[in-house]
Amino acid sequence: MGRFGQLISVLAILFSLVFAAAPSAHAAEDPSTFAYTIAGTLQQDDVPIPGVKITASQDGKSYGTESDEFGEWTIMVPTDGKWSVELDTATIPAEFKLASADGAVGEADLVQTDFAAVLFKFGNADVVETQSVWEQLVIRTFAGFNFGLMLAIAAIGITLIYGTTGLNNFAHGEMVTLGAMIMWLCFSFFSMNVIISGLIAVAAVTAFGWFQDAAIWKPLRKRRLGLNQMMIVSIGFGITARYVLLLLFQGDTKDMSGGQTIIQLGPIFTSDVTLISMLISILALGGVALFLTRTRIGKATRAVSDNAPLAASTGIDVEKIIRIVWLLAAALTGLAGVLYGLQFQASWSVGFDLLLLLFAAVTLGGLGTSLGAAVGALIIGLVVEISTIWMPSELKYVTGLVILIVILIVRPQGVLGKKQRIG
Amino acid sequence: MDLIGILSLAGNELISPMTVGYILCGIGLAVHFGYTGLLNFGQAAFAALGGYGFAIATLDFGWNIWGSILFGLLCSMGFAAILGIPTLRLRADYLAIVTIAAAQALRFYVGSSTAEPITGGSAGVSQFGEEFYGLNPLPEDFTWNLGTVAFTSDEIWMRIVAWVVVGIAVVFILALTRSPWGRVLKGIREDEDAVRALGKNVFSYKLQALVIGGSIASLGGMVFVMSSQTNQPSNWGTNFTFITWTILLLGGAATMLGPIVGGMVFFGMMTLIESVLGVLVDAGLMPFLAIEQVAQIRFLLVGLILMILVIFRPQGFFGNKKEIQFNG
Repeated sequence: MGRFGQLISVLAILFSLVFAAAPSAHAAEDPSTFAYTIAGTLQQDDVPIPGVKITASQDGKSYGTESDEFGEWTIMVPTDGKWSVELDTATIPAEFKLASADGAVGEADLVQTDFAAVLFKFGNADVVETQSVWEQLVIRTFAGFNFGLMLAIAAIGITLIYGTTGLNNFAHGEMVTLGAMIMWLCFSFFSMNVIISGLIAVAAVTAFGWFQDAAIWKPLRKRRLGLNQMMIVSIGFGITARYVLLLLFQGDTKDMSGGQTIIQLGPIFTSDVTLISMLISILALGGVALFLTRTRIGKATRAVSDNAPLAASTGIDVEKIIRIVWLLAAALTGLAGVLYGLQFQASWSVGFDLLLLLFAAVTLGGLGTSLGAAVGALIIGLVVEISTIWMPSELKYVTGLVILIVILIVRPQGVLGKKQRIG
Repeated sequence: MDLIGILSLAGNELISPMTVGYILCGIGLAVHFGYTGLLNFGQAAFAALGGYGFAIATLDFGWNIWGSILFGLLCSMGFAAILGIPTLRLRADYLAIVTIAAAQALRFYVGSSTAEPITGGSAGVSQFGEEFYGLNPLPEDFTWNLGTVAFTSDEIWMRIVAWVVVGIAVVFILALTRSPWGRVLKGIREDEDAVRALGKNVFSYKLQALVIGGSIASLGGMVFVMSSQTNQPSNWGTNFTFITWTILLLGGAATMLGPIVGGMVFFGMMTLIESVLGVLVDAGLMPFLAIEQVAQIRFLLVGLILMILVIFRPQGFFGNKKEIQFNG
């Protein structure tokens, strides 16, 4: 897709809410439009190996590249599945040597993901480092904590809405996607400052939250539509929103990396972006906790969650509280989308992929309890990441869903929930 | 494309095995939701188990067609029991979340490389219909034209069998729902506690409804995969379940005519819309829409139709508003 084409879609987003998207006029074989990436670094004893030819092939198609001065290489490929990656041994400089003779062929597994790293071992095979289980545990725990914090701010959004309105919002994930997409638009496409981009994205999602409450949920509450009917409406709204996002932003994964610095903490390799994201998540969670426990509106929110008619009879404007809750929930969820997009790259379906993990988190903590949702999200994040030590990483979301099912069976009120809430 | 061509394509869609697959899943969902009030959002899993069970029994066990059908049904019955025993005691919205999560977990699992030796991983399984097409009694040169769409002998055989299955399923469900057993189901839908007060085992009835509806959905899954003889995990995403819900609510949830007419109208209409949009895009009248995006409009419409139906006409074409009960 050309720059001009992208500009059209950007204008369409800004000036109209009707679906419109750029004509995809991309040539059939422009590698920069390929959605899948295979990458790696060639080095022997920390010395980079430049100029080695590398080819990725699948079903007769092949794409090649050369390692750069840092030994790094990247190949963009058009389709998913398994790709065979081969080094041209004739191009390896004389001072370097592969660890084993058959080590020039690797496999990139792009079945469930759009990025795969392929390692080629150089030098003496005996000194190849392996990570101990403890090191892996530390690394995975860190990753899980990071993922869990991000889930937590989106999960609090779900639980606030559920608590005050009783709605299981299946369209919640689309607010994550919208946050990530607006972030990409501002940060990567318009090259705006990262903080301004993030603020615009959060503001846009907040506006979307206000809009959907005013246009859909408030009228439906007035009609006294049943909660389960509202849930199915939210499923329909989620599908519509998802495909509008697909039409607007197309199906490719939005890369927002660049400009981040790698930081090493013991065995953990992370980046400044990740550390700052975690800090922002913790601050946001702390802010929500203070808001709910220390401010008048926060206390009123908890009163509405507990018993809406009783709260109304004490003079609390329930509709106003619900409106504030929608704004707050949308802002938090948009923030989760921004942080997700910056760290993990986002596509149009990311919100729906995360939605069931969010439900798992909320259910684990106890539907309708904000603190519970945060605790549940951290547990889900940790379990999902740590499970990859023993299980194939393509099954990590299955772990989260199995936890959801088991929790509902064993303790449907969740870890911190009250029994009365399950009805 | 001319008008006759477009109408022929839409007409083909009315009777296609894919439509029948969805209709059977809709009939199963009518048993779950329409008659019993269960919010099952994992219908794709029952259909997938039918398709996978049949294919695996044929290819890996070398069973004949009847054994394979039975195995597919057993798989989905087993799934219904595993899913239903712990969850049918939960509130309706929890059941919706658990079923959708279980269906997604199953789909991720069968598509993973861990399950690849059995299920073929993300590529799925194919070429399991030799025996089915071998049973075709129609002569090989027997063909039929519907406007501009021509059917081969095998395609006609597939469609005949598919609609016979629908007929059998409808008669079976109508007989069941008009029996005393069916009246208990409707009682559960209307007021679970009242039925319990009458001394009925509500849980057991709900489980039976889940198993029967799931079995019909797995027959639908078999029909769905048989026409192309391919079965991939990507067939069974949440969109499959959402389309099933849409056609059921379009026709009317507590009726048998509902899912059938709903399915035919839905897929006929979608083909008409997509063809017309395709023509308009080709003619350059839709500058903001690329030709490959036309298919995405289908799901956008699914979402809109689902919302509008639930809000304004939850009983669909044929239903009785009093018979729609979302809070079971």
